Amino acid sequence: MTRPTPETLAHRATPATVAAAVNTAPTTVAPVATTGAGALVRSLEALGVEVAFGIPGGAILPAYDPLFDSKVRHILVRHEQGAGHAATGYAQATGRVGVCIATSGPGATNLVTPIADAYMDSVPIVAITGQVGRPYIGTDAFQEADIQGITLPITKHNFLVQNAEELPRILAEAFHLALTGRPGPVLVDIPKDVLTSQTTFQWPPTLDLPGYRPTLHPHGKQIREAARLIAAAKRPVLYVGGGVHKAGATDGLRKLAELTGIPVVTTLMGIGAFPDSHPQHLGMPGMHGTVPAVYALQKSDLLITLGARFDDRVTGKLDSFAPDAKIVHADIDPAEIGKNRHADVPIVGDARHVIDELIAAVSATAGGTEQYAAWWATLNDIRERYPLGYDEPTDGTLAPQYVIERLGEIVGPDAIYCAGVGQHQMWASQFIKYEKPGTWLNSGGAGTMGYAVPAAMGAKVAQPDTTVWAIDGDGCFQMTNQELATCALEGIPIKVAVINNGNLGMVRQWQTLFYDGRYSNTELGTHKHRIPDFVKLAEALGCIGLRCESKDDVDKVIKQAMEINDAPVVIDFTVGKDAMVWPMVPAGTSNDEIMFARDVRPTFEEDDL
Amino acid sequence: MTNKHTLSVLVENKPGVLARVSGLFSRRSFNIDSLAVGETENPDVSRITIVVNADSSPLEQVTKQLNKLVNVLKIVELDPAQSVQRELLLVKVRADRAQRGQVLETVELFRARVIDVAPDTLTIEATGNPDKLDALLRDLEPYGIKEMVQSGLVAIGRGSRSITTGPALRAA
Repeated sequence: MTRPTPETLAHRATPATVAAAVNTAPTTVAPVATTGAGALVRSLEALGVEVAFGIPGGAILPAYDPLFDSKVRHILVRHEQGAGHAATGYAQATGRVGVCIATSGPGATNLVTPIADAYMDSVPIVAITGQVGRPYIGTDAFQEADIQGITLPITKHNFLVQNAEELPRILAEAFHLALTGRPGPVLVDIPKDVLTSQTTFQWPPTLDLPGYRPTLHPHGKQIREAARLIAAAKRPVLYVGGGVHKAGATDGLRKLAELTGIPVVTTLMGIGAFPDSHPQHLGMPGMHGTVPAVYALQKSDLLITLGARFDDRVTGKLDSFAPDAKIVHADIDPAEIGKNRHADVPIVGDARHVIDELIAAVSATAGGTEQYAAWWATLNDIRERYPLGYDEPTDGTLAPQYVIERLGEIVGPDAIYCAGVGQHQMWASQFIKYEKPGTWLNSGGAGTMGYAVPAAMGAKVAQPDTTVWAIDGDGCFQMTNQELATCALEGIPIKVAVINNGNLGMVRQWQTLFYDGRYSNTELGTHKHRIPDFVKLAEALGCIGLRCESKDDVDKVIKQAMEINDAPVVIDFTVGKDAMVWPMVPAGTSNDEIMFARDVRPTFEEDDL
Repeated sequence: MTNKHTLSVLVENKPGVLARVSGLFSRRSFNIDSLAVGETENPDVSRITIVVNADSSPLEQVTKQLNKLVNVLKIVELDPAQSVQRELLLVKVRADRAQRGQVLETVELFRARVIDVAPDTLTIEATGNPDKLDALLRDLEPYGIKEMVQSGLVAIGRGSRSITTGPALRAA
């Protein structure tokens, strides 16, 4: 038996599909003599790569020579982690593949965090790393690290290139894998002697991925079954995750929601997939979700789950999650279906196809939006009684929620908001109104502090005409602010709102609630000692530094920042340290235990149902 | 015993694929009872036979996770009743002149073979399903087992159908 057999060989994508995926016309290049490094750079060009973020070093150095003359823009970052998150921000803002480059050893290991981050949030990035020469691999050579082994569990796939001839094919495969099916990071590790060896470059290559066959089109029988359950349901909810963004299915989602009248919740990664202003939107579910969204899931009799994965931050204690609900679960990754929660109707497919086919199926059976009148009456009551909100601090400090709320109102829904991880991230998810897909970027699955500044940089490179705000905490900001130097020098005028409460705020909140207020190692000194002074730091990094300490100045300072478009701006918003994120479902407890505010449990009229 | 499942996993014959497969098991907290790997009739394809101890729901999850590996071509679960399952056992047993006859009798009984003889030991080769090899070892134990080595289980379906053409295990 020789390959291919019809069974084992499932998927031979054409280079044309790869090229289409990166928004370029297919390129053809007749055979030409070059080096491995030349083949690498030519492949990136043929794949339509506009920009790569990276830092050169010994093992990757041969690649930087042809890159010097290439039309691919290389942005020299200050730390490889910045390159990785920038590639992620670029990818999230465009839907195209983000590219980052690092040298062997520590250069490559510095990419580990952003790769893990992209893996958790299914972001298409390709990481290119130099490796020591083939004869040195396995000898503990200078700057050697087994980055293929290290990244096995955090990449969709990775490659160690064995010879220069296979470089174009491997790069085309890497881009194809990163972008198609469930997107994710792919790493290509290239030994130095492969980069320097002579080869012949030719394009397009033929992909050879016999074991890769994402299912895009859902099974008709399952769609009909889902439509039947929707027609029979009394308390359905559309539970929408990041997959709907990735599939470009947001228009379809709106159509489906309006056609059926079913309430919508969007997860942290799903924010923007459905307009926040839409009357059917109940907000975000989960640990810091809205009471109506959490309540709707808990009381639902049918969850129509689209590109979401029953993450623990959404479900709370799993065995008490949505106890009465039947589950329709649509995801492009079959391994997500049934992983955490049994699916009554499993649907494997791309969210766009799933939603389009659901629309067609429910159009035939839909009982009209009045079908859910009782459900909506209950939800509207909950919504009225438990809106998102916050208390003004009694100690006269500036409320962080107010800052973020005003930022959203002044800057508007056309900007891209890019959050770090912690309290400020949750407030940014709650108090800014997102109306469009791709305007909310954050590190959801991995929860990577330090994501915001470099990801905002990547997003701004991708969308230079769009205002890009990083909303960061003082803890997060100190992890990756070095990339502001990159922004200043490369002409990437992002804006950064540092929500500076002088503490690792979310950790401190848990210490307040669960550790009797014993604040072990959460005080950062950015208030008490003003170390660092973020205004001076911003100026040292070539940015404009502004400070805001009172409520009266908030609007003025935001407007001042909005008027600066030729340099990055950092605003140090000095806010109170005691503000907490509410509502909250304490970790490991049931969603039914949701706290509306400290010591305030919502009361639900069980008889309503 | 009832929770044991034999998976035949066809993979691309490329460096590092075994690490991807075995790493996935430990990473996702699945236990491997036995693992054997070798080339198939197609030199581009290797076959990994994995025995896992898992309930049906975790088994479905591990199968789906394996299917996500780009180098995995196909996964088939082999039903013990519809397949032949074999392990290889090499065992060095204490057997002086007085005991040798009895040991040889046991060897005969289990259709095993003596592959090396020393004045005070016999080295025995046996193949069979895990139950048979367990029984053989129980019988040899009283003489004194000095050393033993066992292969992972390999398995092949009965009948004329080949797993390269039959249906794959596709859960959900």
